[in-house]
Amino acid sequence: MRLSPLAQRRLKRFRNNRRGWWSLWLFTALFVLCLGAEGVANDKPLMLKAAGHYYFPAFKRYTEQQLGGVLPFQPDYRSDYVRQLVVAQGGWMLFPPIAFGPDTPNYDLTTPAPSSPTTMNWLGTDDQARDVLARVLYGARMSILFAVALTVLSALIGVAAGALQGYYGGWVDLFGQRLQEVWSGLPVLYLLIILSGFVEPGFWWLLGIMTLFSWLALVDVVRAEFLRGRSLEYVKAARALGLPTRKVIVRHILPNAMNATLSYLPFILTGAITTLSALDFLGFGMPAGSASLGELIAQGKQNLQAPWLGLTAFFSLSLILCLLVFIGEALRDAFDPRA
Amino acid sequence: MPEPLIDIRDLWIAFNGQPVVRNLSLSLHPGECLALVGESGSGKSVTANAILQLLPANACHSQGSIRYQGRELLGADVQTLREIRGNRIAMIFQEPMTSLNPLHTVQRQIGETLLVHRGVTGEAARARIMELLELVGIADPVSRLKAYPHQLSGGQRQRVMIAMALACEPDVLIADEPTTALDVTVQRKILTLLKSLQKRLGMALLLISHDLNLVRSIAQRVCVMRGGEVVEHAACEDLFNAPQHPYSRLLLDAEPAGQALPRDTREAVLKVQDLKVWYALGGGWLRKPWEHIKAVDGVSLSVQRGKTLGIVGESGSGKSTLGQAILRLIEAEGQVTFEGQALHTLNQAQMRPWRKKMQVVFQDPYGSLSPRLSVAQIISEGLEVHLSSNAQQRDELVAQALRDVGLDPETRHRYPHEFSGGQRQRIAIARALVLKPALILLDEPTSALDRTVQKQVVALLRQLQERHGLTYLFISHDLAVIRSLAHDIIVLKDGQVVEQGPSHAVFEAPQHPYTQELLAASALAPSA
Repeated sequence: MRLSPLAQRRLKRFRNNRRGWWSLWLFTALFVLCLGAEGVANDKPLMLKAAGHYYFPAFKRYTEQQLGGVLPFQPDYRSDYVRQLVVAQGGWMLFPPIAFGPDTPNYDLTTPAPSSPTTMNWLGTDDQARDVLARVLYGARMSILFAVALTVLSALIGVAAGALQGYYGGWVDLFGQRLQEVWSGLPVLYLLIILSGFVEPGFWWLLGIMTLFSWLALVDVVRAEFLRGRSLEYVKAARALGLPTRKVIVRHILPNAMNATLSYLPFILTGAITTLSALDFLGFGMPAGSASLGELIAQGKQNLQAPWLGLTAFFSLSLILCLLVFIGEALRDAFDPRA
Repeated sequence: MPEPLIDIRDLWIAFNGQPVVRNLSLSLHPGECLALVGESGSGKSVTANAILQLLPANACHSQGSIRYQGRELLGADVQTLREIRGNRIAMIFQEPMTSLNPLHTVQRQIGETLLVHRGVTGEAARARIMELLELVGIADPVSRLKAYPHQLSGGQRQRVMIAMALACEPDVLIADEPTTALDVTVQRKILTLLKSLQKRLGMALLLISHDLNLVRSIAQRVCVMRGGEVVEHAACEDLFNAPQHPYSRLLLDAEPAGQALPRDTREAVLKVQDLKVWYALGGGWLRKPWEHIKAVDGVSLSVQRGKTLGIVGESGSGKSTLGQAILRLIEAEGQVTFEGQALHTLNQAQMRPWRKKMQVVFQDPYGSLSPRLSVAQIISEGLEVHLSSNAQQRDELVAQALRDVGLDPETRHRYPHEFSGGQRQRIAIARALVLKPALILLDEPTSALDRTVQKQVVALLRQLQERHGLTYLFISHDLAVIRSLAHDIIVLKDGQVVEQGPSHAVFEAPQHPYTQELLAASALAPSA
């Protein structure tokens, strides 16, 4: 596929913004690391050899019996019993760099939890003796995935709503705008609090509720572009050619609106991450016990004597947000028609 | 010979390393009118802006010398320039819509110049403003003092601009395309005004224009510029009678020539009856609108196969609206019959098959092509909708259409920005042509082009009409172009037809006073 000269110029401008360009790569690397969190922080070994056979416990479930033990359950690979069992069969276990899952308590602590950073728990443990670094990795993954899903959904709905209002104008526009004004007046936080009285709010519930409101952000931008775009001469020419309305919208006007939309997306992403963290902090977010950045902040607040909790949460959250904002700024500059 | 007021020597100006004015020397004497003529991009406006040092200092680099009464202006300090700008040398610009501040009244805008340079305020300023408004021929100046720019017509705004420029009785008036944005009848009046003011006040006038014929009546000397260089510099009559440089001859000869093709069909392709486009003003949710803007008010016309109907009118006469209403791009009342089919009874989906047969070419060659699509994509778009041919056949049709309009088919994978204005207009014509339409609506297709390019496009249109038997609906305010293409003419004013008939009849013996005025203003050379 050949990029249009316009897209090539923008890509060049984006690459020329060193800060944004490096932020993009750093963020991509972090995101890939988080996506592969099972291979980085896990209480099950990546690979295990016992009695001449190879096993991959991190990716597949085995019972203790399969490994030559007695119980028909998944073994606790970190226990001395399993280690001795494997060694006795002339085997070995290869653990990932962080030998803890997000909810594995470290039973071998010498000090009461939360314990400070050691060579075993690089960022210390939280007040339930769980490894902080492992929880940050899994929590960041949850945040980013949630934010990406929310952004994609709200972009789809927002662009569609803005496009229809802008293209058709008149009553569609008037009615749509008034509906949005009423809709944006609904208090999201209270709805979530009420909701948590009925159901246990999980990933999908939160995503659903948040989507109901976050699509509003893009509508005005896209609508404005469509109001302008529908009177462009090449759009009129396309209509005179007899192109179906759908094609006129998608091929001729939408690309104009995509500039504004694309440069807006990183800021919706940061907004979503912050909101999820805030909900988790207040206890209305993900189910209790799941790893999340907001929950780590809450722990930091309750355990002021353990600054590694709060500091870790602060630095990891600010790193993600900064990177996204830098990428967003670079995108915005790259799409700026005056540049 | 008296000392020149403005003396430019060996001026070089470059933007970002690209020279736009090369080695230019000219002088302007007191009481003289010098015209600087050239096509867009020839560096004439840059030169004018350089005299007042209005060019962006960071992007441009200039060398040489510009002297005003012996004082060097190039690189002069802000204090000197401020004393000269608007006071000794005044300037009026092309676009009267944007060169007046929309938030201030006429009195305040003119008063500002008086305050800055003369320190005149209050009653004295008011008296002077009245005097100036009378001088530039604004009727009823008392009531216009408190008017805002949007309450004035284009011509009146240009008159206010001139009044502002004259406020301090400058020695030199620079007029940068002062009439380009105005209708022909108004153009003529503004030029006459400038001429009489120049004579009365004894100013020197530097008139910048792209239209050689326009300056003929007013200039004493003419400089023809091309690509940043002066190619010919002569007294006005000498230039018109015996142009030396081939480029000057090309400019002089740029008036679209030729006659409409001989045709003798009587079969009407398109019939329009009592077409109305009214926009409601005021009103509300439940109230009826109490007023309408009648953009098109009961127009009837008919076009015969293979012929051209010229639709003439000034801006705001509703001619573009009429064209779009016929193609049903905007809502309208009335009957439109095309090849025996009543189009006004069809909905948009039923209309679609008919779109193939009625195509449109717009005025602005920059706005009418999507910058994101390659030329091949732009032209083949209509084919995808209307003809279920495969990709290879489409590609051949695109290449054929490009050859038809005189472009190299090899360029079809390029993007619009790589083409010049004239080439872009050819692409727009190819897009319409590829569907083999019966009727093409040409909405001011030559207005945004330079004169020499206009001539080529008009020749191309005539050639295509002959080859493909096309019927044209040609909308233009430019009578010279209309005369060389149209068989029949309708003249529109305020949405209504004031005169219609065969082209030669209208041009030779116009009946309606408005048509007579239009013809007189356009100063057409007698028909060959």
